[in-house]
Amino acid sequence: MTRYSAFAIAREAMRQHTGWQKAWASPEPKAHYDVVIVGAGGHGLATAYYLGKNFGITNVAIIEKGWLGGGNTGRNTTIIRSNYLQDPSAAIYEKARSLYETMSQDLNYNVMFSPRGVMMLAQTEHEVRGYKRTEMANKLQGVETRFIGPAEVKRLVPIMNIEGPRYPVLGALWQARGGTARHDAVAWGYARACSAMGMHVIQNCEVIGVESVGGQVSAVATTKGTIGCNKLGIVVAGHSGHLANMAGFRLPIESVALQAMVSEPIKPAMDVVVMANTVHGYMSQSDKGEMVIGGGADHFNNYTQRGSWQHIEETVRALIETFPMLSRLKMLRQWGGIVDMTGDRSPIISKTPLGNTFINCGWGTGGFKAIPGSGWAMAELIAKGEPGSLARDFSMFRFREGRFIDESVAAGVAH
Amino acid sequence: MSHRLGTGGRLIDRARPMDFTFNGKSMRGYAGDSLGAALLGAGQVLVGRSFKYHRPRGIVASGAEEPNALVGLGEGQRFEPNQRVTTTELFSGLKAVSQNHWPSLEFDVGAVNAKLWRFFPAGFYYKTFISPRPLWKHVYEPIIRRSAGLGKAPDAETRDADRYEQLYAYCDVIVAGGGVAGLKAARQAADEGKRVILTEQNPHFGGRAVVDGIEVEGQAAEDWVKAQVAALQAMPNVTVLDRTMVSGVYDHGYVLAYQRVADHTPGAEKPRHRLWRVRAGQVISATGAIERPLSFAGNDIPGVMLASAIRDFVVNYAVSPGKKVAIVTNNDDAYRTALALHAVGVTVPAVIDARKEVTGDLPAKARAAGIRVIEDCAVRYVEGGKSVTGVQLCRFNSDGGAVIETLACDALGMSGGWSPVVHLWSHCGGKLTWDEGRALFRPDANRPPLGHDGQGFVTCVGASNGEFDDEGEAAMLPVWLMPAQASYELRAKAWLDPQNDVKVSDVQLAAKEGYASVEHTKRYTTLGMATDQGKLSNINGLAILSDALGQPIPQTGTTTFRPPYTPISIGAIGGEARGGIFQPLRKTPIYDWHMAQGAYWEPVGHWRRPYCYPKTGETHGDAVKREINQVRKSVGLLDASTLGKIIVKGPDAGRFMDMLYTNMMSNLKVGKCRYGLMCNENGFLSDDGVVARLSEDTFLCHTTSGGADRIHGWMEDWLQCEWWDWKVHVVNLTEQYAQIAVVGPNARKVIEKVGADFDLSAESFPFMDWKEGKIGGIEARAFRISFSGELSYEIAVPASKGQAFWDKLMAAGAEFGVMPYGTEALHVMRAEKGFIMIGDETDGTVIPQDLGLNWAISKKKEDFLGKRGMEREAMVSPDRWQLVGLETLDGSVLPDGALAPLPGKNDNGQQETQGRVTSTYFSPTLGKGIAMGIVHNGPKRMGEVIQFQSAAGGTVAARIVDPCFYDKAGEKQNV
Amino acid sequence: MLLLTCPCCGVSAEETEFTNGGEAHLKRFGPGSSDADYEAYMFARKNPRGVHFERWRHAYGCGKWFLMARDTMTLEVYGAYKAQTTEPPADIQAKIKARRPEWEGYK
Repeated sequence: MTRYSAFAIAREAMRQHTGWQKAWASPEPKAHYDVVIVGAGGHGLATAYYLGKNFGITNVAIIEKGWLGGGNTGRNTTIIRSNYLQDPSAAIYEKARSLYETMSQDLNYNVMFSPRGVMMLAQTEHEVRGYKRTEMANKLQGVETRFIGPAEVKRLVPIMNIEGPRYPVLGALWQARGGTARHDAVAWGYARACSAMGMHVIQNCEVIGVESVGGQVSAVATTKGTIGCNKLGIVVAGHSGHLANMAGFRLPIESVALQAMVSEPIKPAMDVVVMANTVHGYMSQSDKGEMVIGGGADHFNNYTQRGSWQHIEETVRALIETFPMLSRLKMLRQWGGIVDMTGDRSPIISKTPLGNTFINCGWGTGGFKAIPGSGWAMAELIAKGEPGSLARDFSMFRFREGRFIDESVAAGVAH
Repeated sequence: MSHRLGTGGRLIDRARPMDFTFNGKSMRGYAGDSLGAALLGAGQVLVGRSFKYHRPRGIVASGAEEPNALVGLGEGQRFEPNQRVTTTELFSGLKAVSQNHWPSLEFDVGAVNAKLWRFFPAGFYYKTFISPRPLWKHVYEPIIRRSAGLGKAPDAETRDADRYEQLYAYCDVIVAGGGVAGLKAARQAADEGKRVILTEQNPHFGGRAVVDGIEVEGQAAEDWVKAQVAALQAMPNVTVLDRTMVSGVYDHGYVLAYQRVADHTPGAEKPRHRLWRVRAGQVISATGAIERPLSFAGNDIPGVMLASAIRDFVVNYAVSPGKKVAIVTNNDDAYRTALALHAVGVTVPAVIDARKEVTGDLPAKARAAGIRVIEDCAVRYVEGGKSVTGVQLCRFNSDGGAVIETLACDALGMSGGWSPVVHLWSHCGGKLTWDEGRALFRPDANRPPLGHDGQGFVTCVGASNGEFDDEGEAAMLPVWLMPAQASYELRAKAWLDPQNDVKVSDVQLAAKEGYASVEHTKRYTTLGMATDQGKLSNINGLAILSDALGQPIPQTGTTTFRPPYTPISIGAIGGEARGGIFQPLRKTPIYDWHMAQGAYWEPVGHWRRPYCYPKTGETHGDAVKREINQVRKSVGLLDASTLGKIIVKGPDAGRFMDMLYTNMMSNLKVGKCRYGLMCNENGFLSDDGVVARLSEDTFLCHTTSGGADRIHGWMEDWLQCEWWDWKVHVVNLTEQYAQIAVVGPNARKVIEKVGADFDLSAESFPFMDWKEGKIGGIEARAFRISFSGELSYEIAVPASKGQAFWDKLMAAGAEFGVMPYGTEALHVMRAEKGFIMIGDETDGTVIPQDLGLNWAISKKKEDFLGKRGMEREAMVSPDRWQLVGLETLDGSVLPDGALAPLPGKNDNGQQETQGRVTSTYFSPTLGKGIAMGIVHNGPKRMGEVIQFQSAAGGTVAARIVDPCFYDKAGEKQNV
Repeated sequence: MLLLTCPCCGVSAEETEFTNGGEAHLKRFGPGSSDADYEAYMFARKNPRGVHFERWRHAYGCGKWFLMARDTMTLEVYGAYKAQTTEPPADIQAKIKARRPEWEGYK
């Protein structure tokens, strides 16, 4: 693998960029691997990467029905934060956030992690109490957050109207080390690193069946033939229920469409990420200058990945109220992503009823920020066959036992 | 140089000149001009800078597909960035400024990037700025972010001076596009008696036909169009909308149409934009086609334009992009432009045609007019910087090494053929097919977008469907790169996406590096991600990609077409819902009175409730303290109208109530009240409130303010979907009643003074009873319930009498110093009494047992909602935290949400804890901080002192006490 | 924005007039049921790609709950029927089978 650097670019510039290699190889699948990961999105690729990096397991295939990073990894609003209330959530999201800080160097691929700060607005007394509670919890969890007053909010975000007629801003939970990253680059960087370790990233390869013997999966049938495995990891977000059905078990998952949009690009106007849960909207400005806006989810099961309208409208109204200057901008593009929602809106990193099969799903509307932590924890689960401290509480069996990890008190709807 | 012609211009009115400014420079155009036409007419060729290299940019197109010519328009509260000049109508006094340059459009420091183009290939930023890490954070990233964006951001304090509106409309057929195909389709549907909406994005109808001057049904296009539009406008079943673009097609025939009502008359008493939300039976896309640019070196230099755009400017506005305009093409249509230029006296030095032999009728006409046609020829390189000065020609089938001729010209028209506009077909899932003969993607009629009935609901007609009126034209030659084997140096200067600076070499590099999916290529190079969303660039880009991958174009496929077709204003999306009514506002009957008293509001769902009523000079904290003291000492009034009030009625009402509530309700006696809890099927506490049994078969359930609609829906769910044979019905009467709590030791006296027609004495109307009668002549139902621990009557009266009743109470209470109190006083007083609050003590993870409410969970009932959930392993664990009272040793107020840390950390490095604060207040009654919280084994640890997090960052010691801090025996409420 | 027709009042209206209540034809398991049955009732979901039976309420109309067969891949609505039904009506099942021959049935 050619190392990426300014020198490499300078060298290539002198020879018409003819020396660049493929970022990842595109091999035909082998008959058998130690581990097969289904799903080459951020979580699947990160799982493979840490299998190799932390456990030396490199006889791995990551198979993807479309193009890698083409699911929610390439459709989300790229927010990274770890200011969660419950201990298990704070642990895995903070692990992820800290791995994001060094990801560009680890992968030798610039994922443009931008720790610009994430602000969650408190616009009711109830939210104020909720975020103060989160601040208290974060202190003990090793997550740096601070509850700030309206004046500081305004200083950080001059375009905000903190004195709106309906929901004046009463303060915010501020995580200075949260931010954003370039979503595609995360998938591409991991794919390149996995490929460099000798793993097979196989695109356009859809799983059409799961073969099992005596409660163990032996192979997956795919559009590129049958691929045997010692262990199977399912990391397919919105399509988890579908894969689980093939493997013969059901999940506490429903798939719905989440809406997002961007404005036309403008010169820098907002330096941080703002989330406003009372009015259901969140916004940041991309490095291209677009205002990236996340909306609500449609409330019915849906696999179409299409944009719908009413949530965009609702979100935009709220954001105009919060950022009045937005009214003079234009919406460039809207889209939908299929998100997998669990019974408590927290993810699953878990063993399954099949002994050698593991599942990572249920990230709902907030998976991007978790990618490295999720991959780290999932790799440990697959390698050891038992969850480590990060994954332990995210078992798919927690619902039956009543061990919910419910973030709704502080996180509201948005991620 | 571009200039205005002496005569012609079918859309302009030379009698009405209009003055405007561009970058402060005064210019003049005519009524009917687009801003683009006016700029070109005034000789302004350079209009902007590109995104990455800050290259000079001129107008390329004449309509919505324009990628380059974006300006900032207007000033102050009406400033708007990124306005496309080709679709902006000129008006007097228009002020435009160009974008993305410093210090000026003509001299831009950022243009140094262009000199360094070799170092900025596609995706260069993924490969560099990696180490060392601090430099990324403190140097590189801030620089990248500062150079982001195109247009200037509106001022931070902008409050949009315009208004926007939204309309609902229903029709059988909506036709998008007012060209010949659209007019025909609209007319046909209208003649069949269908309700039709016809939309045209421009201020004028006719599409290309009126520019090209063809005949339609034996009539000159201009006349035919005029007649058709007039006929349609006269039909009662047809709505004709100009300046209206169908921006998106959504599921089941939901269509958005974006009408630019007053962009051309700013400040007029009209909404600026109107968003039509249309439910259509059928969508007919008559959106035409967009001409493709050609990929040759220097095709981004100002003065290089689409051939059809040049024709539009000449015919519509009498504007020519130059004095000597060459044309380069792979098809016959471009000869129309040559002829149009020739007809108005503009020199056409040559038509450069990639085809080996040029045989069609149009080229024949051109030749007959004396225009030189050069066959088998390509543009090798365009000379010029901020404008075209000439073109170097070479053989088409070559690498461009040999220049065969250099042609002097000051503008160049290019035509690579046409791409149907299939956006509306594709928004909702319609699939495309590749037409090999015409080298274009067209709608696949076998795979349309499906409606609710599973049938296709979008039809494309005319050019949008890949049908062109091109009889007598010779076949085009697909040309994706010019010359065909162009060298690297040429490919690196052949632009695909001129706004984002994506060149042929960039797409080839992406393919080489394995970004082989069309989506990868797009995202890696940013091809088609500019404000035009690839209307010009995508097809050429994916042809280059296909070639690089050695696969046919249809195998590469297209990226997804997403709404909107062109950007629509965010103001229009918001519509009228802004300011105080940006969300629905629910008001209690006494709302205006609270407002007049200067209440400080707290939003509760869509309700607003007074948080407190500060007097002049009072802080909110002072006001709350005063309100509490007055209630505890004498009497206060609370507007409790937002409280949910749901009637459960029927022979099986008791049975149903026993399923809804954790406690027994069926044995409640008529005339009595009982506090009850509701859980969800997980066993988590979801709502609480007082139930009154109104009659043998009728219960009145009070819910929390936020919970009323949810609980009502929940009841309906169980009755309709599970126990549908039970004879019960439920009605949500929340808004039918005003409910006022009269609270305090003097409460009875106040009501007596107002005058009740029933006995209010403790003996006849004891605590937890309710009575009906008249109070002050108003029908009322009074409940002796208390959330404060004081003597209290909650009195419901018809909503229409709410204000009158409130006024009577205020008047009668005057001698007792009655005052209204708000939600915060309510909260503090309930905490003093140790009453739980849904949302504070509960957060969706708390079961009643955690809150010491076991007494409210019936052991006798076999089943109630939530019972099974509470039986689960984690719910019956002895390790669950449980409710206690907390008192700091120093009397201070514990911080909100403070946790009780334990020594030691868990295996994720997080501090262990043993409890947390759920409610915490300064109690004016007790003169110190009080709190409620849940603590591990709490109720068994009474008197123990444990540490909680303090506001300052350390810890503070608090004693575990009973959660009831005030009148534990209930002597004050039970009088 | 779906266009739905309420089988109770007959009105066709925008999706925003309705609320979705998740998978239909679930059997409630209360006290005394096994962990597996309770879990199946509360959490395990078919979440199919394709034909889906679901609950809707005409919340801002007649207020009635009803059931509906809809395709989660195409959003085609095969039919709506009363909530007081224990399995999809035969005519709706037949219609689905005709539209989607590969459909394996609602069980």
